[in-house]
Amino acid sequence: MSPASCTDSLLDLEESLNETPDHPSTPAEIELSRRTFIKTTGFLTAAVATGLPHLADAQDGQTLAITTPQMAQLTLKVNGTSKALTLDTRTSLLDALREHLQLTGSKKGCDHGQCGACTILVDGRRINSCLTLAVTAEGAEITTIEGLAKGDELHPVQASFLEHDGFQCGYCTPGQICSAVALLQEHKHNTLSTVSFETGSTAHPELTDNEIRERMSGNICRCGAYPNIVAAVRHAAKGVRA
Amino acid sequence: MNPFQYQRATSPDEAVHAVSVRGAKFLGGGTNLVDLMKYNVEHPSTLIDVTHVGFDQIATTGTTTIVGAGVRNSDLANHEAIRTNYPLLSQALLSGASPQLRNMATTGGNLMQRTRCYYFMDTAFPACNKRTPGSGCAAIKGFNRIHAILGASGGSEGHTECIATNPSDMSVALAALNATIHVTGPKGKRIIPITDFHRLPGDTPNIDTNLKSDELITAVELPAPKFAKHSYYLKVRDRQSYAFALVSVAAGLEINGNTIRSAGLALGGVAHKPWHSSDAEKSLIGATASSDAFRRAADLAVAGAVPREHNAFKIELAKQSIVRAFTLAAQGVQA
Repeated sequence: MSPASCTDSLLDLEESLNETPDHPSTPAEIELSRRTFIKTTGFLTAAVATGLPHLADAQDGQTLAITTPQMAQLTLKVNGTSKALTLDTRTSLLDALREHLQLTGSKKGCDHGQCGACTILVDGRRINSCLTLAVTAEGAEITTIEGLAKGDELHPVQASFLEHDGFQCGYCTPGQICSAVALLQEHKHNTLSTVSFETGSTAHPELTDNEIRERMSGNICRCGAYPNIVAAVRHAAKGVRA
Repeated sequence: MNPFQYQRATSPDEAVHAVSVRGAKFLGGGTNLVDLMKYNVEHPSTLIDVTHVGFDQIATTGTTTIVGAGVRNSDLANHEAIRTNYPLLSQALLSGASPQLRNMATTGGNLMQRTRCYYFMDTAFPACNKRTPGSGCAAIKGFNRIHAILGASGGSEGHTECIATNPSDMSVALAALNATIHVTGPKGKRIIPITDFHRLPGDTPNIDTNLKSDELITAVELPAPKFAKHSYYLKVRDRQSYAFALVSVAAGLEINGNTIRSAGLALGGVAHKPWHSSDAEKSLIGATASSDAFRRAADLAVAGAVPREHNAFKIELAKQSIVRAFTLAAQGVQA
């Protein structure tokens, strides 16, 4: 039973109890009883959802205080535009972008940092926005797939993905492209990968196909468009914009 | 995920003070903690963001290098001093996770990573002594291919059993490099050798490290480099990239001619902590760099291993991986 349905059925139970003739209640008493009941139900729901340790915590009244959403006011600067938001602290940066800023280019795949569909750039670095809490991104320059093109002029990596057909269904593509944009910047700064060690090229590693594959390994493509993705990155690397 | 309060600390003192609130936890890059919160395995009341406390420097003083706890894994791996003097650490870091995750993950957070045991991470399994002390261990009789072969607790009572492994690559390299961990807390500062930082499960598998809950990691100290010319981090896994180790080996050699002057060895994926073997290291001192010597060291390093139903392969895999890592280290592959 999900926490939500648990709450619903218990509320139904409470309604029926209140309706019995043995329980003549004034509207105020019903309201009070319902409020108490909802609080109790919330407590139970939290305990069910998080397992025994939390129940033990909850019983001493310490963590029980935090069963209501904690709201935070913050400003996010996305693609050059600052927006003030009031968000539940639990909101991931990905959900903030998609659900609160209507920037749905960044995709939710696994929501656990395992697929890369949510990859965006924060202060120029690629990160998984699904594992980033929105509150932690305040003050940062956030760039999403929507912010890469200059008007109608595609970013060279976007153009290269088009040219090399670096996708099939397209769902992972915004993450792949953001990741590739960062990859090219990282390579310009002479960063290493584990392949650099395997090949002994730890001074100035060339962007071989093996290097590209390793450096793009944080982005999974369920359609298996990898050969074309590698081709798109390889091509973009040759004409990377300074 | 349960609701929580968020506080961005701007100094170590503020962070340590803030974490005294019951249920509060430090937040670094969030790559593990936020994930576990989504799974309802972790449920902090308050998150103290410690990525703005000024621990983002790497400094070399004399022969030692101090790495701030807030330095991101990718920055650490690519820092010139680390690439030049501690390539073992660079290679280990770059073997872990993905570029995105390495950009987020911090040095301190990496040390605090929790196990990727499936049974620990999935609250649908009620038995997990690490998640719920005394509830049992679902892995012992479950699918335990990825689990520990060394240092596990397998008491017959079941209340303390735990065969989880530590998932960090970075920590394995730090163990081979003999690093120390600098921490601060309400009672002041202290320095913990890396080999004493993580714990074996013992009777309290719910406790991963010897860091106290109100202590904050401030830095990692790397001693004078000895293995800059001869080291290798070999990670064996089901997938070539972006996967946790079945077995990993951090191997370092200090070689004079063909004679080994000193050695560093630690294993990942085999125990509740980075498995450091002083016996294996000592056996190599004065030996000629050869497969015979490496095999002797491998036997010592894995001595006492206890296989489970699905992970017996790890014993020979670990030994062969040790020999291969030392062989590649001796060749100076990355020099």
